[in-house]
Amino acid sequence: MDSLIELFGYSFFQNAILAALFTSISCGIVGAYIVAKRIVFISGGITHASFGGIGIGYFFGFSPLLGAMLFSVMSALGIEYLSKKSEIREDSVIAILWSLGMAIGIIFIFLTPGYSTNLMSYLFGNILTVSKLNIYLLGSLCIVLVGIFYFMYKTILFVAFDEEFARAIKLPVEFTNYLMITLVALTIVLNIRVVGIILVISLLTIPQTIAGIYSKDFKKIILLSIIIGFAGSFFGLLISYYFNIPSGATIIFFMVVLFILAKIIKSLFVSISLKKQLK
Amino acid sequence: METLVKLESVSAGYGNEVILKDADLAIEEQDFIGVVGPNGGGKSTLVKVIVGLLKPLSGKIIFHPGHDDPGHRCLIGYLPQFTQFDRKFPISVLDVVLSGIADGRKPFKRFSDKEVNQALEIIAQMGISAIAKENIGELSGGQMQRVFLCRAIISHPKLLILDEPNTFVDNKFENDLYQTLKDLNKKMAIVMVSHDIGTITSYVKTIACVNRELHYHKSNIITEQQLAAYNCPIQIIAHGEVPHTILETHNH
Repeated sequence: MDSLIELFGYSFFQNAILAALFTSISCGIVGAYIVAKRIVFISGGITHASFGGIGIGYFFGFSPLLGAMLFSVMSALGIEYLSKKSEIREDSVIAILWSLGMAIGIIFIFLTPGYSTNLMSYLFGNILTVSKLNIYLLGSLCIVLVGIFYFMYKTILFVAFDEEFARAIKLPVEFTNYLMITLVALTIVLNIRVVGIILVISLLTIPQTIAGIYSKDFKKIILLSIIIGFAGSFFGLLISYYFNIPSGATIIFFMVVLFILAKIIKSLFVSISLKKQLK
Repeated sequence: METLVKLESVSAGYGNEVILKDADLAIEEQDFIGVVGPNGGGKSTLVKVIVGLLKPLSGKIIFHPGHDDPGHRCLIGYLPQFTQFDRKFPISVLDVVLSGIADGRKPFKRFSDKEVNQALEIIAQMGISAIAKENIGELSGGQMQRVFLCRAIISHPKLLILDEPNTFVDNKFENDLYQTLKDLNKKMAIVMVSHDIGTITSYVKTIACVNRELHYHKSNIITEQQLAAYNCPIQIIAHGEVPHTILETHNH
């Protein structure tokens, strides 16, 4: 217990808790949107496309985070534009941008002299080493997200639910879609350092899936996802600290365990209520 | 009688294919037009043009004065085809109905209590108050269609457009729906697309046959010979035991 309190005294740990909080808020909101709209695959594409920006950042010596932001937003807008306006099918567009980003990233990292240890933290993430800049950006993103979802909640909901009807009543469908996909891209990039490119998509889907077991209301799904996300990253972080194992993977593993537990509890409740009804 | 929407030799289509050619149609107050025709003949294309979802390739659409904006929410209420909804989407019945009065020019506006009450009232009128807070995915086909009808009429439109409202619903709902539409018709013009001409003829006032071209039939009684003359070879499911024939597509 003492060591736990001691742990909270360290600034690196305080940073990690702050990162976990911002991560769960941003991923809770954006994840609820992508799960409801069934664009998880798009988000996978954006995540991997951002690797191209990381590679270019390393090669030219500017912040890989900045490169990743640029690449992910560009590819997000590209996916949205090409899948709507061109004849190519959406999933093919996603797959092409997905692999293009990875290819560019690999080439530029190969061309960069020396080996960068930091690279590993982009692939696998480490919540304990998330930079100050990254945390500030993540915090600002949370404010923007909360603001946009507060003021545009109905518009976002209606456009996501039935785009054609939204268009018929002249809601700003295109604007909303481009805005949302940009926010998805930014959320993904700023959360990459927490669990890594390979695992970031699970932060956007596992809490939402757990929340979806218990609620079918979009607002409640957002709130529950934030709570579940924070619980997952907080306890994941503690477990990783005590067992000295990678934090990103531990967080995700812990969340999957939560998911399985939630599923079991729910099915127990269902069978109890069924039995009651049969009596 | 005021003309609400007027199509003047409108052609429309998707990609490189013209689906609807030189369509003329005037929709007036009190109208109840049944739109019939074979699949792929352009029924939905016609609807999309009127609602403003599809720009005509040529021709002109004239809207009621003061509503020259296509698909303006006060002029047209729209019930789209059933298939395009995601049944798992986390949205409540009340929110779906409210989306019918969402103002496209004010995306940041939140709904007032008055608007919420307006939605609850229309939900009550449709007899589905019990499910107002339910999620859309938990409803039966008939209940869902009622919800979408609420969404279409909550803005008090002058014209209600329904695209195949009778798919995936049971017979009871279908009859209820037609009765409701008959009542609504006292307040608004109705254009209803249907693949089932036999059932709708007793409710609609006039019939538009759409098969690439549009032929307007100023009566709700139509024979297969007339349909054939309109190049609209669809079957008539007659009431009772009258045998029916399915005509082949023929070009002339």
